[in-house]
Amino acid sequence: MPGSAEAAQWLQAYREMLAIRIFEERVHDLYRRGKMPGLAHLYIGQEAVAVGVCRALRPDDYITSTHRGHGHCLAKGAAPDRMFAELLGKAAGYCRGKGGSMHIADPDSGNLGANAIVAGSTGIATGAALAAKMRGTDQVAVCFFGEGALGQGILYEVMNMAALWRLPVIYVCENNLYTEYTHYSETTAGEVGARPAAFGIPVHEVDGQDVRAVYAAASAAVQRARRGDGPSFLLCHTYRYLGHHVGDVDRSYRSREEEERWRRERDPLQLLSAWLTAQGLAEPAVFERMGEEVRREVEAGVAFALDAPYPEAEEVARHVYA
Amino acid sequence: MSMPSAAATPPAYSAAREITFAQAVREALAEEMRRDPRVFIIGEDVAEAGTPFKVLSGLVQEFGPQRVIDSPISEAGITGIATGAAMAGMRPVVDIMFGDFITLAMDQIANQAAKVHYMSGGKLRVPLVVRTTLGATRRSAAQHSQSLHAWVSHIPGLKVALPSTPYDAKGLLKSAIRDDNPVVFFEDKMMYTLRGPVPEEEYTIPLGVAEVKRPGTDLTLVATSSMVQVAMEAAEALAAEGISVEVVDPRTTVPLDRETLIASARKTGRALVLDEGYEQYGVTAELASVIAEGAFYHLEAPVRRMGAMHVPIPFSPVLEDLTVPTVERVVAAVRELVART
Repeated sequence: MPGSAEAAQWLQAYREMLAIRIFEERVHDLYRRGKMPGLAHLYIGQEAVAVGVCRALRPDDYITSTHRGHGHCLAKGAAPDRMFAELLGKAAGYCRGKGGSMHIADPDSGNLGANAIVAGSTGIATGAALAAKMRGTDQVAVCFFGEGALGQGILYEVMNMAALWRLPVIYVCENNLYTEYTHYSETTAGEVGARPAAFGIPVHEVDGQDVRAVYAAASAAVQRARRGDGPSFLLCHTYRYLGHHVGDVDRSYRSREEEERWRRERDPLQLLSAWLTAQGLAEPAVFERMGEEVRREVEAGVAFALDAPYPEAEEVARHVYA
Repeated sequence: MSMPSAAATPPAYSAAREITFAQAVREALAEEMRRDPRVFIIGEDVAEAGTPFKVLSGLVQEFGPQRVIDSPISEAGITGIATGAAMAGMRPVVDIMFGDFITLAMDQIANQAAKVHYMSGGKLRVPLVVRTTLGATRRSAAQHSQSLHAWVSHIPGLKVALPSTPYDAKGLLKSAIRDDNPVVFFEDKMMYTLRGPVPEEEYTIPLGVAEVKRPGTDLTLVATSSMVQVAMEAAEALAAEGISVEVVDPRTTVPLDRETLIASARKTGRALVLDEGYEQYGVTAELASVIAEGAFYHLEAPVRRMGAMHVPIPFSPVLEDLTVPTVERVVAAVRELVART
């Protein structure tokens, strides 16, 4: 069994992607069994983006996330048990059950919060980068958003300032092809990369299903930001396997063939395991064993959350003001 | 029985130094920036220009362009950036030149800054101040004249300050900067040149404590920001007619010092609420209902309120002056209320 550092690194990346995949499958299952209030926007299919980017970050670097944010939170270091607890509205959740699926924040892992306004956190991430620069740390901030956020003006306001002031922020655009229920080509004029380029922000266009490619691009952007050379824009081409949210089941806006093709040919987990195997860095049995381990961890998280108590009534009026 | 009032009474000014409202704001910012390196200013034309109202003149010379940051005309962007900087350990003061422009930053104020602490279960904080203006009669027409403090007073998680004197402006702004919550701070742009006593020595005024600006016995005139001057003039005119008016300035709409409003109305038995925001669904409605609920059995007349007309603020001076409360209209309304038995 090869024990190289490279093998260890990519096996760990595989494990993290698998953890997100299994976490999200379990969320889907909880929803369908009526165990989870509200909705969730699943990240299945896009795991390589969150993992590839977050593996290029330090624990004290910042991220902001989106309504489709479980993958980012887990990749930055959140634990499945408290994630599930938050999704079920339990007191042990990351936000004491008051944030829910779309608002998980975990400052201990540098996560400044997921956001239900699609470009809503672009200002926050850019501001965190400004704070890092003003305080003279070499922290960077990563702003995850989907291509739907390209429709909101604040993104362009803050990219302008990030470029002007050379802020250590990395804009990670995950183009999963669908702006909610509409193909992005119907909502997005011109070339996406031309938009940040107009501000003088370097654009790296990457295959978002290839965690190694995402990691390489993110590492370069992070190094640039830490050096004080300013922002970058990562345009990650990816695919959302499931609907806009768990209730979007018929998906009449796209074909089942298209979905099948992505799952069959472009799956980030399969691509990485195939590469590791072909390179002789891992044997197939490794992936099976890892799958069992991760499944056990996720199941323990689900059990913890299902058993956890709901918040006390007085929690409703706490934390309105600091 | 009325509760003992926690309200402040006007301070006894020892050294009668007088400065303008704008100077008071500038002093508060300068003192807090000297005191705390995390405090910085961001906004349009805040550095060399010192804002169109010259409120910030001289600050960039002392603190440099790294802490007095000239921004693009991007209200949403700068409010969002300031929110993120606050979450990451800074204490930003955003300058939104005209209160009308907070509409451009509303997602960042109402959905982001206001909710981050709660949504994160208390783990994240947003020690942010958004300074902006209110007030009509500057002949600036419909998009530069509104008083939109009701919008932000409506959102849980925000605090809202409405200083009416140089003394209050300085003391409240210092408290706002030290507060761990987002505070929207409204300055009446017609008041920037108003002079008033401000002591040399350090002081702060807590958010959420009303002040009885003038004691009286016949009627409580609750007034905010720009309307406090109107109320004081009206009270003076009415005193000549033998009507004793108590002027109460809440100073902040959030938190609101309900006790002081109620105690004053219980004492006088009559109340008129005065505010320059739109009357319909406005701040006056909330303040009047607080008084009506809290002092009902002591009232000898219905609580009345007076705010801006429900029209976009017109340009023509003869029209604009009809839209906001004036001393004459306040005096007439008070006479009417006091005439009831």
